[in-house]
Amino acid sequence: MNPLAQLIEAALFAAARPVTAEELVILDPDASLDEVRVALEQLREHYDFDGHGVELAELGGGYQILSRPAFAAAIERAQLGGRQPRLTAAMLETLAVIAYRQPVGRAEIEEIRGVSASGVLRSLQERGLIEITGRSEGLGRPLLYGTTPLFLELLGLPDLANLPRAEELTIALQPYKVETAGPDDDSAAYVAADA
Amino acid sequence: MLPDALDAVPTPSTSDAAAILGGLGFVVRLDAFNGPLDLLLHLLREEQIDIADIPIARIADQFLLAIKHLGLNQAADYLEMASRLVRLKVQMLLPRNQDGEEWEDPRAELVRRLLEYQQIREIAHWMSGAVDRRALRFARGYLPPPPELPPPPLTLDLLDLLTAVERVISSILHPVFHSVVARPLNVEGASLRVLALLDERDEFIWTAALGAKPTITDVLSLLLALLELAKRGQCFMTQPAVFAPLVIRRESPRPAD
Repeated sequence: MNPLAQLIEAALFAAARPVTAEELVILDPDASLDEVRVALEQLREHYDFDGHGVELAELGGGYQILSRPAFAAAIERAQLGGRQPRLTAAMLETLAVIAYRQPVGRAEIEEIRGVSASGVLRSLQERGLIEITGRSEGLGRPLLYGTTPLFLELLGLPDLANLPRAEELTIALQPYKVETAGPDDDSAAYVAADA
Repeated sequence: MLPDALDAVPTPSTSDAAAILGGLGFVVRLDAFNGPLDLLLHLLREEQIDIADIPIARIADQFLLAIKHLGLNQAADYLEMASRLVRLKVQMLLPRNQDGEEWEDPRAELVRRLLEYQQIREIAHWMSGAVDRRALRFARGYLPPPPELPPPPLTLDLLDLLTAVERVISSILHPVFHSVVARPLNVEGASLRVLALLDERDEFIWTAALGAKPTITDVLSLLLALLELAKRGQCFMTQPAVFAPLVIRRESPRPAD
């Protein structure tokens, strides 16, 4: 590995959270973002092809060194690592709505799921998976919610674009017209726009 | 309009309900469902009904039957759907305009919502799998999730405290002020007495370290001395029973392991 890849490996080892490529550039004043990306690729290959128990993972917008899935059972048995409390079905459904429609208000979430959402929104906020991203311009200026980088970390995704697209799902929504929405408001027809 | 709509539906007696549910061959447990859309999808699946062509009358009746025994606090979410279904049922019964004018299916909105919800469910399922896969890979420095902690203690500076005291006093009509005289506590002396006693005996009842006629100051001095000595590990205190006098020991009552 070249010295930059070694430096990045050390930094990722030291960091408690995923580190973005932009943050890694600061490590070396002479390095460019492209060089950092090349070094990251070198580090990934080093782990993948030289028989390491860890791998370079890209998640939550950054990079992190994670143990390989094959060792999960042994690590858990030795109580060196463990799982977060599980998400309930209500939490997962609410996260799904927010992930695809953010920024989105409580009323829209409740309309889609057909149940009250205040309790589950609070739980998700407490777990740091969603945050208030602003207020709607609509009546009463309701709060709008969005997902956090921690949400992506929990799912092991680099960014939101890695969520399944409409055409990858078995049920694809037919495009439809929303009477209540204005001509410029296509947020309700997100799947149609994706397809 | 909701109660009327519900009344318009023939509500079978409990035995009828059992018979109908029995006839359907399944029993619906509502707490297993994530709301009315979930229940509706379940009913459609059980009956193997095409989502695009829902027999509204039958499904509405089944839905009402299923939510019949619902507690009020759960019911709100389900009642809204119930009223929609009942309205749809009525709309479907209205004669359709045959001469050319295009008939707008009143079920379209419901179908759209069901499909939308079904898609959200599918995404949620996918996300659950992603969480499980991610959970197999550990980051460095795993920390077990912290236990539920009580709220942090109140932090006040002296000024806050004095302002609060001022505010309370000002609200009292005729405040009576006591002057508090600091009594000289002799913690040092009490400590020496306890240590001297421990030199002679392995254990003693705490009152043995008090003089013949102890004053309140003596008692307080001794208690503070005992706490301080226990903190430094120079004595051990046990209370054999509730409200029993404290027993002071030189050694820990349990053998050190």
